[in-house]
Amino acid sequence: MADPSTETLRRTPLYDVHVSHGGKMVPFAGYKMPVQFEGVKPEHLWTREHAGLFDVSHMGPCFLFLKEGLGEPGGHEKISAAIERLVPSNIAILKPGQGRLSVLLNEEGGILDDLIITRMPGIDGMLYIVVNGAVKAQDWALMQDKLSDVAMLQKADDRLLIALQGPQAEAVLSEHFPEAADLTFMRCAYLQKGDEKIMLSRSGYTGEDGYELLLPNNEYGLGLVDALLADDRVKPIGLGARDSLRLEAGLCLYGHDMDASRDPVEADLSWVIQKSRREQANFPGAERILKALADGPAEQRVGIQPLERAPAREGTEIHVNGEPVGMVTSGGFGPSVDRPIAMGYVRADLSAPGTKIDLMVRGKARAAEVCALPFVRTRYKR
Amino acid sequence: MTTYFTEDHEWISVDGDTGTVGITKYAAEQLGDVVFVEVPEAGASFGKGDDMAVVESVKAASDVYAPVGGEITEGNGDLADAPETVNEDPEGKGWFCKIKLADKGELDGLMDAAAYKAYCEGL
Repeated sequence: MADPSTETLRRTPLYDVHVSHGGKMVPFAGYKMPVQFEGVKPEHLWTREHAGLFDVSHMGPCFLFLKEGLGEPGGHEKISAAIERLVPSNIAILKPGQGRLSVLLNEEGGILDDLIITRMPGIDGMLYIVVNGAVKAQDWALMQDKLSDVAMLQKADDRLLIALQGPQAEAVLSEHFPEAADLTFMRCAYLQKGDEKIMLSRSGYTGEDGYELLLPNNEYGLGLVDALLADDRVKPIGLGARDSLRLEAGLCLYGHDMDASRDPVEADLSWVIQKSRREQANFPGAERILKALADGPAEQRVGIQPLERAPAREGTEIHVNGEPVGMVTSGGFGPSVDRPIAMGYVRADLSAPGTKIDLMVRGKARAAEVCALPFVRTRYKR
Repeated sequence: MTTYFTEDHEWISVDGDTGTVGITKYAAEQLGDVVFVEVPEAGASFGKGDDMAVVESVKAASDVYAPVGGEITEGNGDLADAPETVNEDPEGKGWFCKIKLADKGELDGLMDAAAYKAYCEGL
């Protein structure tokens, strides 16, 4: 891998906004991104109590649509059949504007990325897809390579992608888009304000209620961000708090809590494989994944509650009776729960909540136990 | 009693042949909210520049280096239950440990308060 310090780092359209708000900029996923503004802990707590604004323009929003028959009856079935070649979720069943989490799989059933796939409201034969920033180039290349017979891909990562998260997000955003209040979790609206086109979805990665907005990279989009940040209920939030918020919410970070060596069953994401797809068994790596579903995986992603005050970071070995049995894949301190928290993989026979384990932090065994996820109660608007 | 500073943002306040060690206000501000501190135990020995302690913020763990070599005479046990003391009073109650200096000559390479202030302003 190239040394990030010598790579040319890209800037999102909000770079100057971050700097003007005191953002401490660091390299992340090929971009210069704000890791924090006033501090990870206050930003984290603000998001859980009010509303936090996140720049996620480094991620990979795109549209996948039919080359022929776009907008015609049966269009959704055709585009679903295409994307379902690469993911194990039932996309065909989605209603207009409905989205769901899924995973891109390789031929061995390993996870290439996690992604949100939404049926475009108002037009049949088009999907709105958001993939992770660090792997977007390979994800898009895969989709173009495997689906070019029926579908075309339009990248939208030159636009603004922001998330507004927290219990006051609805009240704040409804002042700009009354439609926001009508959406429920994982539902998306396509809005047109004059010449401007906006994708508004009720989703996010903090465990809080909130929204993600794909906005044009122009005066209108930047003006909306400025207006949101001028609201007393809203503060800009950096990557540091984004990470602690998603960890408390028990959500996986690609490249850490899952990667191409893990299948969805061991990553505890079996729920993204709906019953109909299990029966069809027609997704990449179906043989391995269905076997893991039937027999249970060798290892399992679990929540980990350290029982001492020392945080256990990514890469910390997990021991039982002095024997290595797994590894921490995300770990730190949860500001809302006010204690260290972690997740990682353990041998499947040790995956039951309450199982006692040791975390080898700097050579010392620290007591911990396997626990259920999430660490905080999620507050999605169902 | 004289206080010296390192480029890695430790301070050592020397009285006779014993020094009290901690991290500077600048370092504490850069770290943000401290959630855990691992201080060395009495009897442990370190060379100048060795990893001596660990301070963890919400985001990351950072090593703290021995500003001089010597033997630890006391670790600040209060930090185990109150790591936030490092943010509240980094150059006072938030001290990490006391060390018996092996060689007072090692202090010569460290900065005084004025030099350290200028050093931080240049960062």
